[in-house]
Amino acid sequence: MRQSRAIDVSTGLFVLLGIAAIIFLVTQISNREISLRDDSYRVRAQFENIGGLKEGAPVSMAGVKIGRVETIRFDMDLFKAVVTMRIDGHYDRIPNDSDASIFTAGLLGGQYIGISPGGSEEYLHNGDQVEFVQDAIVLENLISKYLFSQAGKESKSEAPAPQE
Amino acid sequence: MNLLRELLASLQDFLARAGAMTRFFGRLLLLSPAGVVRPRLIVEQVYNAGALSLVIIMTSGLFVGMVMGLQGHDLLQRIGSEDSLGTGAALTLLKELGPVVTALLFAGRAGTALASEIGLMRATDQLSAMEIMAVDPMRRVILPRFLGGVISMPLLTGIFVMVSIFGVQLIGVQFFGIDQGQFWSQMRSAVELEDVREGLIKGLVFGVACSLIAVFEGYNAESTAEGVGRATTRTVVISSVATLVLDYIVTAILL
Repeated sequence: MRQSRAIDVSTGLFVLLGIAAIIFLVTQISNREISLRDDSYRVRAQFENIGGLKEGAPVSMAGVKIGRVETIRFDMDLFKAVVTMRIDGHYDRIPNDSDASIFTAGLLGGQYIGISPGGSEEYLHNGDQVEFVQDAIVLENLISKYLFSQAGKESKSEAPAPQE
Repeated sequence: MNLLRELLASLQDFLARAGAMTRFFGRLLLLSPAGVVRPRLIVEQVYNAGALSLVIIMTSGLFVGMVMGLQGHDLLQRIGSEDSLGTGAALTLLKELGPVVTALLFAGRAGTALASEIGLMRATDQLSAMEIMAVDPMRRVILPRFLGGVISMPLLTGIFVMVSIFGVQLIGVQFFGIDQGQFWSQMRSAVELEDVREGLIKGLVFGVACSLIAVFEGYNAESTAEGVGRATTRTVVISSVATLVLDYIVTAILL
């Protein structure tokens, strides 16, 4: 009897330790927070081009993370990407004329949505849409724009002598 | 000609074993609901397969983590990004190293114990005695051991990964002085829930494979001292190869 009790105790300890390890991996190592009470709300935004934005990417305001990108889908009628963001419940006073832009963290980092506040007295609520958006900057477009403008400049500067 | 015939014979042998094992697995799956009726037996086997493997798993995990800390730091230093040591180590451990090394250790520690125990029961006619007493050895002996192994493996995988991440942290942060905040925050922002899930699924798959091989080899051991020894050896060899092959298959499916 005593022996079987010792077995029970150490089995219980082992199972608890295993579950604790898995919970540790899920909450501390991975980037998914598990909150017990969920008072977050969702807002949508339509982008022409989301670049490399992924589901689960952070949504931040002044650099502070306030939520996550929940879903990204393509709207066949608008031909736009519709991004649904889930914002934490205690950031509930975001002006409804705020604008959402897609930025890149670092030179080659992942992309995230930055929200800069507007001046309205009305706030965003669950299901609202962010009207002012700025698309992701696609590096290739930027480079080609730069190259074309350079080419334009050269052909212009060849004709008249450059003035100092 | 002789060689060819031998080759064919061994191929046939292999196929026969694979078929028998599949049938054995099917029988175990069909019996599995019956295991719930006597949870006491499963608890005992979780103790044997899991709790008794804890020391070897944790020690190995710590050292695997510490080696990853040393090697990872050396590698990342050459390209000047020591800060991403946490990310690289956590992903490697979660997705590959953790489940695979745990399964190999599990096959060596728990698989051999299972195979030799059941093989000895077979050799000393305990299994036949049970049958005579109208006790189904599949239910009474094999099923609890199989389920105990299946339950233990994902838990052991989780513990292994957790301990080895602490090992990496020990070397990276305490020894080499990588910034603690950078280490954890970079790791946290790069590791997705899917990566954790992948590791645990692998742990479960390897657990099923290693436990199945161990109980199958023990159950079908020859009733001699040699036979038991051979069953034990086969358990380790087949489990290790199966783990590595399954690892490729599971990765290809999940990725």
